[in-house]
This record gives sequence, C-alpha cells and structure tokens, in this order.
Amino acid sequence: MDFDELYRDVVLDHSRRPRNYGELPDADAHVHGDNPSCGDEITLHVKFGDDDDIGDVAFTGNGCSLCMASASMMTQKIKHKPRAEAEALWTSLHELLTAGTEPAPDDRLGELQVLQGVRKFPMRVKCATLPWQALRQALEEKKPGRERDI
Amino acid sequence: MTVPHPLINWPSLRQDFPILDQQVHGKPLIYFDNAATSQKPRTVIDALVHYYEHDNANVHRGIHELSHRSTEGFENARKRAAQFINAPKSCEIIFTRGTTEGINLVANTWAIANLKEGDVILLTEMEHHSNIVPWQLAAKRTGAKLRYVPVIGDEGLLDLDQVDQLLTPEVKLFAFTHVSNTLGTINPVKELCAKARAMEVVTLVDAAQSIGHLPVDVQDIGCDFLALSGHKMCGPTGIGVLYGREELLQKMEPYQGGGDMISSVDFFESRWNELPHKFEAGTPDISGPIALHAAMDYLDAIGRDNIFAHDQELAAYAYEGLQSISGIRLFGPRSGRSGVVSFVLPEVHAHDVVTLADHRGLALRGGHHCNQPLMRKLKVPSTARASFYFYNTKAEVDRMVEILREIHTFFCRGL
Repeated sequence: MDFDELYRDVVLDHSRRPRNYGELPDADAHVHGDNPSCGDEITLHVKFGDDDDIGDVAFTGNGCSLCMASASMMTQKIKHKPRAEAEALWTSLHELLTAGTEPAPDDRLGELQVLQGVRKFPMRVKCATLPWQALRQALEEKKPGRERDI
Repeated sequence: MTVPHPLINWPSLRQDFPILDQQVHGKPLIYFDNAATSQKPRTVIDALVHYYEHDNANVHRGIHELSHRSTEGFENARKRAAQFINAPKSCEIIFTRGTTEGINLVANTWAIANLKEGDVILLTEMEHHSNIVPWQLAAKRTGAKLRYVPVIGDEGLLDLDQVDQLLTPEVKLFAFTHVSNTLGTINPVKELCAKARAMEVVTLVDAAQSIGHLPVDVQDIGCDFLALSGHKMCGPTGIGVLYGREELLQKMEPYQGGGDMISSVDFFESRWNELPHKFEAGTPDISGPIALHAAMDYLDAIGRDNIFAHDQELAAYAYEGLQSISGIRLFGPRSGRSGVVSFVLPEVHAHDVVTLADHRGLALRGGHHCNQPLMRKLKVPSTARASFYFYNTKAEVDRMVEILREIHTFFCRGL
C-alpha cells in the first residue's frame, strides 16, 4: 500500500499549518461536528453575504491529518463563493471519496483532489468528510429566504 | 515484579488461537488491541459449536433431555463463574450482556431505589464511559450528584489522599475501575472498598480490564458489586457477569420484566423469582455462559498469576522500547501497570498512526478509548494504545517499535 498516495505532501502541509484556522466572532453560523467513535471534532464558522452566499469562513477544533487538511482546503475553496458552488463541490468530493469506480478528474475540486487516496481507506472517509458535513448543516440552517432560527 | 512461570510454554499457547495465524495486508498479524477485546482459543470456539450441534434447547422450562443438558450447562457456568471470582454463592452471579449492562442494572435498580436529592455518587476521573453515563442517568432521575476522585498527571494514578475527604456522609455509592483501559493503572480496589465500607458506602468495581488478566476475588476485594465482560477474557461477546452481595440483591427490584424472572403472574401483579433469576428476564444467552465456562477453565489452566506476570513483563518491555522514540508522550504508571500502554507520537495524530500501523499488520487502537473526560484532562484529543495478552511476544513488541519509528519518520518528512 502506497501511503504517499494517502498522505500527500499537500495533506501534511495543510494539517500542519491549517488555513483559515481560528474563531470568526461575527459569524452567522457556528456548526460543531464530531466523530464520536474517534474524537475528531471541528467547529465551522460561517459568515454569509447579503445574497446568502458564503462570505468569510473559518474553523477551529482538532482531528487527524485527513480531517484537518480537508477542513483547511475546504475553507480556502468556499470562501466568498456562491452557495451553489459550495454544494456542487461537496457532491464532487463525495463522489471522489465514495464512488464504486474511480471518478474522472474533476477540475473544480482543484487541490482537494489530493484527498482521493482516502477512497482506499473506507474507515477514514468520515475523517475527510466531517468538515463538509458541518458545511452542509450551516448551509441548511441558512437557506435563502428562510428566517434565521439558529 | 514476579517472574513469568518458567514451565509455561508461552509461544505454544499462541497456537490455541486460530485467528492469530493470518496475514493482514500481506503482513503477519500482530494483535495489540486486547483491551478492546481478546481473541478466542479453540476450546471456547468448540464449546459454542458443540452446544449448538448437540445440546441447544431453552433453559429452565423443558423436561426433555436437551433442555436438561442446556440448563445444566448454563447453571454449571454460573457455579464456575462464582468460583472464578470467589463469590460465596452462585445465586450472586447474574448473567448480563457485559460490564456495561451489569453497571446499568445496578444504576437502574439499586441506585433508583436508594438515592435521593443531595446524595452523591463518587466515581474516578479514569472511568470508562460505561461507568459514568449510567450514573449520570441515575443522578438525573434521583437528584443525586456526581463527584470524582482526581487522576494525577500523565502517570495516571488516583489521588488517594483525596479519597478520604471525598467520602463524605452524602456519598452513597463509590464506583471505580479495577484497571484503567487507557492508562493501564491498577487501582488499589481493596483499600478503596475498605474506605468506602467504613463510611457505609456501597461499592461497585468495574472489572472489565482486570478479569482476564489478574486474579480477582470479590471477597478479598470486599466490594458489593462487580461487573465483568466475557469477551475480554477469551470468552464470546455478548456475555458478562454481575456479582452482587446477596443481601443487596434480595432487596433490589427486578431490572427487566418477562419470562423466567417471575414465580407467578396475575393480571395485575406478579411475584418475583428467587435469585439470581429475578434479574434474568427472557431467554438468556445460553451458549455464552457455556463458552465462558470454557474460557475460565482455559485461563485457570495457565494461571491468572502467570498471565499477570507475563502481561506486566511485556508492558514494561514495551514502555522501555517506546521511550526510545524521541518526543513520544507515554501515559500511565512507569511500573506496576497492566498490559496497556497509551502514547502520542509527536506530529502524528492517533488515527494516522493506527491506519499506517494496520497496513503493516499491527492492530492498535486510536481514539479516546471511551474516556473523553480523561482525555480532556490530559489535554490530548486522542491517544494510540497497544494492549497485550499472554499470546503476545517480545518480538511483536520489537516490531511495533520499529513500525512506529517508520511512521514517525514518514510523517515528519519535510519538517
């Protein structure tokens, strides 16, 4: 098994120096996610723009290198992006990590494609998707036009 | 430290465990996750198969031959369990699904009937979730409060000096683990029970991690309740034992209602069966106790003193080997520990350690080990844990240290 494929240099770099790590006091949503079986936990902080698209985003917490790298790359990718684009990214990433056959390269994912090594480690898929579950919840809580009830 | 029994051929015991003879990811399996569950010897597997191939029938109700055999096997296992932990009477042995159910039984019966607002349940900071959450639930229902004996530093010993101050008159129950599943600490259970008894406090010992690894004698310990799991002592999963002092069990209400736990049932009220059946509603796990019987015989043939000495020697050897990895953080006592070693490799998260180790055939555990409050206290999100049993060898420990070095080097590349 080639672990270089799972733990690419980019993954190690993001996990050692996570981007957008920290609090976001004026965020509209603070979503906590954890994997109770292993102890990974992150809180995603999202500030939405006037048009309900994603504004600023940051995260706190701790987890394994896959979880931290995924969160770090995700925040870079979705910051100041339309909600639809973030949702499409999640769909692509989910496909990349769980599809039965290896999906064709998806340029939209960009750097996130380094996570494709996780495919071969089903026990670790949850680590890489944890930040995205938090994102989905944040987007769900702040549906366009819906009264904020967080 | 006692020296392992020279007459025991430890490597040959390994051959009693069919599962150990396999390759994982193309490498020989090194199974170091024994604190989660132990492997099963052939004799235990055979007991399960034999029961289903020859004796299977329901217990306590048939007159036919198979039911007789089944009942006899089931009740003999109870007698054997009483003997195994030196319980005065076999009616003090209640079969459960495991330690968790045993603790829940006490929390749902004794605790509900005996605790009230202002009372205190004393626990320790090293308890497994299964010896915390049932008490939280009982506290919520009764208005009692929880209190904890602190654990000191990474070495993980209980702060025994504080026990006397914490055992105030409000304390009604003191529940604690015999051996910590994360730290490997062996608690002075006899001393703790004596202190509790002096204050008329009821005691419950969680013996999940000790029962298959060292001699456990409920009369010597002096506890009121003791809960154990079969699967951590070479038995099958789904079977455990709750020991309770007869006097307490007699006064307790049943845990669950159903068949077998009653002596007579009317439309509006029922009378309970005698001990221990009062606490065993419905058709029980029958093959479980029978296979557990085989496991107890197997362990006693080796000798639990010998197993303890072997575990301790391996743990000390592992502790020394792991210390040679620069920057590693080790948890638990330096000496006098059980066969459990938890650690954090610098710059590497426990999950990453476990994934990489797995692909070298080494089965470790990574995570919070159902000890989240303790992890927060130690200020680590998780640890990796190696836990040993008598079929493990020093050569396997050497290989583990080598693998961990490789993992450390791999993760620290570019730093």
